[in-house]
Amino acid sequence: MSVGAPKIPVVVTEVVQVNDLIKRFRFQRRDGDAMPTFSGGAHVVVEMDDHGTRRMNPYSLMSAPSDTSGYEISVRRDDVGRGGSLYMHTHVQPGMEMVLSHPVNLFPLDNRAKKHLMIAGGIGITPFVAQMAQLQAMGGRFELHYSMRSPALGAYAQVLKAHYDDRVHLYYDEEKQFIDLKNLLKGQPLGTHLYVCGPKGMIAWVRATATEMGWPALSVHSEEFLAPPVGKAFEVQLAASGKTITVAPNQSLLEAMEANGVEAPYLCRGGACGQCETEVHRCDGHIDHNDHWLTDEQKASNTKIMPCVSRFAGAALVIDR
Amino acid sequence: MSLDFNDETFRNDFTFKNSPKAIKRFPFPFPEDSYMYSVNMEPHVPGPKGSVFEHMFDVDEHYVAEMRDRAQVLADDPLRCQSLPHMELAGWDLLELIMESKARDYPQWFELHKNGNHWHWINRPLQIEQKFTFMDPTTLPCGPMEYITRQTQGDFTLQDQRDENLWVEAGMVTTQADWSLDFDIGMNFHQWHAPVPKAHEMGVFDRALKFLLKLQHGAPVRRFNWTMTVDPLLDTSPENYPKWGPGKTTMTPETIGSRQHLRVELQTLHRLPRSNAIAFPIRCYLIRFEELVTVPKWGRRLHRVIRDIPDELATYKGFLRNKPLMVDYLAQFDDGAPTSPGFWAD
Repeated sequence: MSVGAPKIPVVVTEVVQVNDLIKRFRFQRRDGDAMPTFSGGAHVVVEMDDHGTRRMNPYSLMSAPSDTSGYEISVRRDDVGRGGSLYMHTHVQPGMEMVLSHPVNLFPLDNRAKKHLMIAGGIGITPFVAQMAQLQAMGGRFELHYSMRSPALGAYAQVLKAHYDDRVHLYYDEEKQFIDLKNLLKGQPLGTHLYVCGPKGMIAWVRATATEMGWPALSVHSEEFLAPPVGKAFEVQLAASGKTITVAPNQSLLEAMEANGVEAPYLCRGGACGQCETEVHRCDGHIDHNDHWLTDEQKASNTKIMPCVSRFAGAALVIDR
Repeated sequence: MSLDFNDETFRNDFTFKNSPKAIKRFPFPFPEDSYMYSVNMEPHVPGPKGSVFEHMFDVDEHYVAEMRDRAQVLADDPLRCQSLPHMELAGWDLLELIMESKARDYPQWFELHKNGNHWHWINRPLQIEQKFTFMDPTTLPCGPMEYITRQTQGDFTLQDQRDENLWVEAGMVTTQADWSLDFDIGMNFHQWHAPVPKAHEMGVFDRALKFLLKLQHGAPVRRFNWTMTVDPLLDTSPENYPKWGPGKTTMTPETIGSRQHLRVELQTLHRLPRSNAIAFPIRCYLIRFEELVTVPKWGRRLHRVIRDIPDELATYKGFLRNKPLMVDYLAQFDDGAPTSPGFWAD
């Protein structure tokens, strides 16, 4: 989000335990107005005040884009992460006031597609829930292949199956059911676009298989937000603002800058969108480039850093903020 | 025609003129005494009351006459309005944005009543009343983009966003400064800007594209562009160049004050919610030199800008031939006094 972009003051109206790992949250505007409509695949950034630590996590919207009465997200609890999902799971209750960004779509449908083929793994189902609702309303052609650990942990699987019937295919790891990707890709009509959202390994597998089978690169779309990894504390000099700050183990560099009153642009906060890209003036040490944005050459040259997910170890890091 | 709107023409007898009120609110585009390209974008937030920035879509005294001119252009050349099939959703987004904005900002002229997807639109200045079903194109006389842009001043293009680029794939273009939708449709951001001199070396387009790809819903931006037009022609299209181009050769010191117009485009950019496309309204404002110099600051400044502009830019903007005539005419309104910063009249 650009600094100063509009935000949406909301109240939590519903918290539903979907299964052992996933909770669903519904937000409505505090002033009772309608939410903006959005495009399937969009996310919002949820701002949290976690006992003095400001967390801003992106979550895909899963409610129907045409439903302007409220937004819904699903959050998978990550017990070893930095705490954003734990905060959502343990502290967020109906009636609580929170702040959302406007929707941003980094995983849009290509509206030219003759058919949309969707591959979801686990919690990666959420953007597809909104996209299918939008395609259904517009009469678009789609097919979902959704892989999950077990029936008990397969969020929304039965609801989607009941609603979309033979356009939804379910696969349970525990029952040794796996997507037959090669045959699936082989049988698609010309003009099909392929979308994948799920764990890193699944995205790599789908992309590699599609490439191997000659799918055009621009017909394959994926989204993977990275949670900023935890690590050791490190120090950074901010050249433009003349400050030296310390990034705590469970804090990202972007969050540390914000906590020190240095505003930097952002959209996804997950290493995907490129908005927070920052020049490195001096790097005497090693940058852990955790993003999907910089090229391998840029990463190797240490001339740029993505403060939302990347960390540093060494004697000195000076960046242009 | 009501008292709010001029009965005037942009062709043949050219009866277009600006009232004193319209001159005062004219969007003079030069904040300083010189001009060079820049990514001069700023948030499109409401500006001072009465200014062209007061509302999301400015409706002024030329509204009804401009819509009449657009209908004539379309009757002569239907290809001025085109929308590739996948852009229909963006057309609905645009229709919603404009109808909601106008009904909110000009309730005396426009009304929008919604009951679910059953919408009722009233446009009093154009005497239009339409009941239709939102997202059902069979309930409108034409596609949603064409429908609403036949009722809205300014040209419009809709850009699809994909593959880290923007693609111009729909538009209503009848008041353009010498470019053609029919020629450009389907091009990406770099392709359709290819003819612009100098800006590429300056990296302007790479930076502008990067900025626009991240444009957020609810946070529109705006910028100015400008050129020069002989006679108050809205439709200065390449298709019709033989009709308006030769007019540039008939300018004299006696006619330049009344025939030469500064043409200003207020360009805004809006992320559309359902389609994730970007709407690009290009609103054209015309002012004849005689009208413009009634604001002393603008007379002084325009003289300095035109006098000092590089020939390459004057060529691209199509007025190099008449530049000496313009400078001579404007010089009589420049006493050398300093001008205040910013574009507002003193």
